[in-house]
Amino acid sequence: MRRLKKILLVLVLLISVCGLNTYANEPAAKIETKKEFNVREFILEHISDSYVWHITKIGDHEISIPLPVIVYSQLSGWHVFMATEIMEGETKDGLFIAPEGKYKGKIVEADSLGNETRPFDISITKNVFALLFSSLLLILIVMAVARSYKKKPMESKKGFVGFMEMFIMNINDDVIKPCVGKDYKKYAPYLLTVFFFVFINNTLGLIPIFPGGANLTGNIAITFVLALITFLIVNISGSKEYWREILWPDVPLWLKAPIPLMPVIEMVGVFTKPFALMIRLFANMLAGHSIVLGLTALIFVTVKMGPVMNTSMTVLSFLFSIFIGFVEILVAYIQAYIFTMLSAVFIGLARVEPHHKKEIEDANH
Amino acid sequence: MSLLLPESGLLFWMILSFGTVVFILAKYGFPVIVKMVEDRKNYIDESLLIAKQAYEQMEKLKADGEAIVDQARREQVKILNDATKTRDLLINDAKEKAQLEGHKLIEEAKKQIMIEKEDAIRDIRRQVAELSVDIAEKVLRGKLEKKEEQMDMINRLLDEINISKS
Repeated sequence: MRRLKKILLVLVLLISVCGLNTYANEPAAKIETKKEFNVREFILEHISDSYVWHITKIGDHEISIPLPVIVYSQLSGWHVFMATEIMEGETKDGLFIAPEGKYKGKIVEADSLGNETRPFDISITKNVFALLFSSLLLILIVMAVARSYKKKPMESKKGFVGFMEMFIMNINDDVIKPCVGKDYKKYAPYLLTVFFFVFINNTLGLIPIFPGGANLTGNIAITFVLALITFLIVNISGSKEYWREILWPDVPLWLKAPIPLMPVIEMVGVFTKPFALMIRLFANMLAGHSIVLGLTALIFVTVKMGPVMNTSMTVLSFLFSIFIGFVEILVAYIQAYIFTMLSAVFIGLARVEPHHKKEIEDANH
Repeated sequence: MSLLLPESGLLFWMILSFGTVVFILAKYGFPVIVKMVEDRKNYIDESLLIAKQAYEQMEKLKADGEAIVDQARREQVKILNDATKTRDLLINDAKEKAQLEGHKLIEEAKKQIMIEKEDAIRDIRRQVAELSVDIAEKVLRGKLEKKEEQMDMINRLLDEINISKS
């Protein structure tokens, strides 16, 4: 065990030293060969959205699934075409993919002054496709399970339906019920949907081949919508007591009377809770994808350092990737679980009832 | 950084598709499943309760039956005991009666025998008396052949009577 640790330490040190070397050599190398492997670009390209679903590259031939571009331009109206038409730096109807700048990698158009402007872009990008696919898959799975119950209601389920039953009832009984408390049935359908939506997208994100692999839950737009809906539900279902605790909390008068110090802090808290939800899921999934990609990039980075180094790094990268893969499976579940649990807890907290009514009355007299 | 800015297109699709997913699953998906599972759970609980009650009832019936059998057995033993007692009593009674009767018979027999005996004694006595009278007659006849002797005798007898009378 100790020897293994020593070996690992040496290897890690070697990698870092070599990494520094490559960085130092980079500007020179870039001039020499245009196609220098860039880890940062490589990772960013994989975790961010794109207009085509790139699968692989055989020789010089790119293999990718074309996806439709749907764009509304204020200058020229609606445009619908396949993304392959503008992939190689071509221009179509005045639309092109910005090579760099503020809108790098996005479809832009040049207005009369020559400035790049962004049209209203609802293209079916890689993430949108993955989103539609996973939504459809989730609906199909859950409806299939529901249909199985409608067909034979009083039968104990086996196989996949039995597994889903265990899964659903576990979340329902052990997360939603205790966290929301009374009236949990009103919120259970939404919370269950959130759990399975996040879970299926996390899991599909771990599968490296076609319908999976998109970094969907590691995209801020997705987590933003999820957190926004939770925020709305929490505050719409907030009880009188919840609002009273925010606007007139049980603290000494000087903390709230002339300058509303505590109410302001509480008000900030109302927004930080869903914000934390959004950032937590986003950052966790993004980090997971980045680690796997970084480990894979290790293989390509070390190609220049000779076959011995490259081989050892490949083995190391492979082993670490397996380990991280297992961790990510766990994280996929844990993040969905935490998102659901915290949403449930926030809803439960927003539905507080005056638990110390008497004390308040005494204090007021 | 572009990673931290939500893309409007993705936002649009996310709201649309997640809205659809929530609408469909929260209406026709999860509530149906949860309700069915809970219904089934209640059904199983009820069935278990009913089974338990039935079992208890059966146990009670069994216990009742056993009690009845037990009682019957006790009754039987009691009846047998009574019968034995009655029999013994009857036999004893009969024995006593028989003894009594026997005694009576024996007494009667004894009495009869006594009577017979007395009769026989009386008879013998009479016969002896007759015989002795006869013999005395004969003796007297032999002795009182003479007149004085007869007179002596009469006198003596008279004296004797007198003596006994006075």
